[in-house]
Amino acid sequence: MKAPAFAYAKAKSLVEAFDLIERPGAKILAGGQSLIPSLNMRLAAPELLVDITGLKDLTVIDVRPNGLHIGALVTHAQLEKSDKVAKHVPLLAQAVAHVAHPAIRNRGTLGGSLALADPAAEYPACALALNATIVLAGRRGERRVSASNFFKGLFETDIRPGEIVAGAEFPKVDRSIFLELARRQGDYAIVGLAGVADASGKRIAFLGAGATPVFAALASRAVSLNAALEVLDRDLDPPADLYHSSATKLHLARVLLSRAWNTLSKPH
Amino acid sequence: MEHAVETTLTVNGTRVTRSVAPRVHLVDFLREELGLTGSHIGCEHGVCGACTVRVNGEIVRGCLMLAVQADGCTVETIEGLSDSKELAPLQKAFHEHNALQCGFCTPGMLMAAQDLLRGGKKTRDEIRAHISGNYCRCTGYQAIVDAIEKVMHGQG
Repeated sequence: MKAPAFAYAKAKSLVEAFDLIERPGAKILAGGQSLIPSLNMRLAAPELLVDITGLKDLTVIDVRPNGLHIGALVTHAQLEKSDKVAKHVPLLAQAVAHVAHPAIRNRGTLGGSLALADPAAEYPACALALNATIVLAGRRGERRVSASNFFKGLFETDIRPGEIVAGAEFPKVDRSIFLELARRQGDYAIVGLAGVADASGKRIAFLGAGATPVFAALASRAVSLNAALEVLDRDLDPPADLYHSSATKLHLARVLLSRAWNTLSKPH
Repeated sequence: MEHAVETTLTVNGTRVTRSVAPRVHLVDFLREELGLTGSHIGCEHGVCGACTVRVNGEIVRGCLMLAVQADGCTVETIEGLSDSKELAPLQKAFHEHNALQCGFCTPGMLMAAQDLLRGGKKTRDEIRAHISGNYCRCTGYQAIVDAIEKVMHGQG
């Protein structure tokens, strides 16, 4: 189908973007790999699209004291090729291979994925496992929100009106693993696992297992794989989709947990 | 508010300026405004890959980018890459391997395959992964993978 009519403006600066997104019916356009399909299918009907892809400040990948800062406009493809990402946040480097297809990875962005908060998407679960900090830019300055407080519900985040996701900061951890089961390469995940571990313990999050990415608190604290498998049904209550029942998804989540456990349990 | 936006881009080496409604996606613009109907429209929501074109050297979904976003960009389509002979080895291999039946997916498939060829040699699994975003409903992919592999190993 064809998108409904809307106006378009390309912001030349963050300040201009703040002005534009205050207009009635305005919506932010970054890579557009989720927004444009929703327009084409007429699931969304904004009055104005504010294209922020010209904001160069949001395209940096930068090593900072708290971790690796990745600008919101960094594309999946740039993330995939980045040595800094591979070195400092290998979890994301592993996850990016599961994000759609090359032609989509060339345009889709980190910030777009976090802002949309699709529960089946890769980066929200990675952000949650790493307890990354989402950096929000607003007229009054920056607001920093931890991933555990950022994802509020189905496609719902802590972004307030007038704010733009500027980027995210990912802490360095010792070990990480990203696993995903999908019907075909690049399809939405049936279920996926983002896990990290260091001296403070394991942190395991699942995608495709709820209305938001889900942090498996009990399984993360379990002393053995068997104990983790046992408690996983108290961490997750995955909704069924068209092809998989809730029980199947929970089973598959346990499969992934079993595959991930050894990597996350190596001696410190 | 929904006024047309003046957009200038270079398509297959030719600079064009048009006044474009923001709702028009790139592949509709190429097909209807410029008459470049080699890029096909399948699903229009980024699933099928029939509309694959190059923007600034990288393949993208032509249906998931607004034409106005291509302002200042260099766009290459199947027509451009055919004329420049960049695709000639792949086109020959597709022909020889019967890597198409109806041919609807072929322009997008060739754009995706050429993108992979620019990155050096790959395994069959990697070829399959790379073209996973391009649907073919006729061939079952085997012959397509054969054709790409042949060119990749210098026998195209």
